[in-house]
Amino acid sequence: MVDPGTLAINSLGSEPSFETSAVQVGANNIVINLGPQHPSTHGVFRLVLTLEGETIRAADSVMGYLHRGTEKICEEGTYLQNVTLTDRLDYLAGMSNNMAYSMAVEHTAGLRVPERGEYLRVLFAELQRYASHCVAVGTFGADVGTFFTPLLYTFREREAILDLFELACGARMTFTFIRPGGAALELPEEFFPACEKLLDDLPRKVDEYERLLTDNEIFIARTRGVGKFAAADGIAWGVSGPILRGSGVRYDLRRDIPYSAYPAFDFAVITRDEGDAYARYLVRIGEMRESIKIARQALAKLKSTTGPTVLKLGSFFRAPPGEGFSRIEAPRGELGFYVVSDGGIAPYRCKCRAPSFINIGPLAEMLRGWKVADVIVILGSIDIVLGEVDR
Amino acid sequence: MASAELAGRIAARFPSASIVPVESNVGGILVDRASLVDICVFLRDDSACRFDYPASLTAIDYLDYFEVVYQVRSLARGEDATLRCRVPRDDAQVPSVTAIWSGADFQEREIFDLMGITFPGHPNLRRILLWDEFIGHPLRKDFGLPAPLPPAVQEALDREGVAAANVIGHTPPGPRALDRRAS
Repeated sequence: MVDPGTLAINSLGSEPSFETSAVQVGANNIVINLGPQHPSTHGVFRLVLTLEGETIRAADSVMGYLHRGTEKICEEGTYLQNVTLTDRLDYLAGMSNNMAYSMAVEHTAGLRVPERGEYLRVLFAELQRYASHCVAVGTFGADVGTFFTPLLYTFREREAILDLFELACGARMTFTFIRPGGAALELPEEFFPACEKLLDDLPRKVDEYERLLTDNEIFIARTRGVGKFAAADGIAWGVSGPILRGSGVRYDLRRDIPYSAYPAFDFAVITRDEGDAYARYLVRIGEMRESIKIARQALAKLKSTTGPTVLKLGSFFRAPPGEGFSRIEAPRGELGFYVVSDGGIAPYRCKCRAPSFINIGPLAEMLRGWKVADVIVILGSIDIVLGEVDR
Repeated sequence: MASAELAGRIAARFPSASIVPVESNVGGILVDRASLVDICVFLRDDSACRFDYPASLTAIDYLDYFEVVYQVRSLARGEDATLRCRVPRDDAQVPSVTAIWSGADFQEREIFDLMGITFPGHPNLRRILLWDEFIGHPLRKDFGLPAPLPPAVQEALDREGVAAANVIGHTPPGPRALDRRAS
């Protein structure tokens, strides 16, 4: 009989095969699949984990289940048609996607957006950030075991914001509201009082989430010190958004490489030095408060200005041959588009730099050494959207 | 640091490398494949550059060649640098920069998967979005066949005098693809 101790069926660090059966039992190691159908992956995402006992020794991300070939389809649609595809990338932050794509097209074609269009963009991008962080914080709470209470609280405000979006453009999630040239429609009269009332309510609602989570003993026990990630690693891996700022890097594109109307607004960049899952949660909470501030200022600007919101571009609008790019601070981090034009009515190439895709790059490194239960926490704290990872 | 200034700095350090500033909205510097890795190390480590953040890697199919575009950033100075490297279609490989910027890992895998450019030196160069058995690289311009346009779209194109080849992205190889580039 062979001594099980000498059998190295799955030596440490070896690459788990894609075609492994669900569970492989070795002398010391087990390979298991987390996902693709697993509630904590927030979509269709699979992690192949190599475990020693309950400890993660290696992890491999498997994605692409939601790949729709968006970049390829963009080469077929006209510049304006493609806006509808960007809604479906990060479907929790459609406005930000519309904005990044539109800015890349404008950069390519050398268009200047009307002032009022920029204020509309900032207002909706910030409301969208709040709504998106609502999902991030709520589902993160559900992941660590608060069950549904915080989730329902945060979804209540998200729903109110989506109602506002519906008032402005008729859609809840797939807006195509921000387009190349500005923002598609003038706001209806009743939008302003409704938005003001909501913005007055929101700070108290954030206090409510904090009462449920920030000082919650179980929440802290599950998240504090978990999934620590050093600032230097974050930079080398190109991660962005709350993960980078949660590791103490004071970096926010809205402030560091300003775009749109952001230089006109007053806001703080939220950072935490701990670099753990709890810090990322706190950064998101802080950003929700800042988003309310920016949205208030943008709404005031909208009330005090008049003029067009959008440049009229024809359906067969052509960008001159050349290229352009954009990068914005989306809720999940740096979202960029790179558009190459050959002078036709469709982009020659349209690349999307999706924050979620880059942010899960270091996932294997972040998971190594943690327990299975922490995988859920760490993945939840990164807050990925699979529509954007897989494109 | 403008493209021209950066190109000057690199040229002073690497006299034998081919370095050409690119004039476009995005700008950047076109470097040759042989000196790419050395230049990347220089960009990351030089005290005046410190481009430590791999913002975005992508590749574009220009029919005669592929262009790999590296957009890197110095977080401390909030400044971008763009490097470009052109490789012929029949020898589509670029040395990997994963050892310089860890974040290039997934991005190079994505380019390999969708554009079919290989990155010698990458520790784990496998398909990332498509499944392993997939044949072809969809973002190449010669991938797939054009589908007929819906009648309403075709009519609108005819009205505007726009050739259908301008709409269809996946133009098959041959004269049509070249026409599209010329138009």
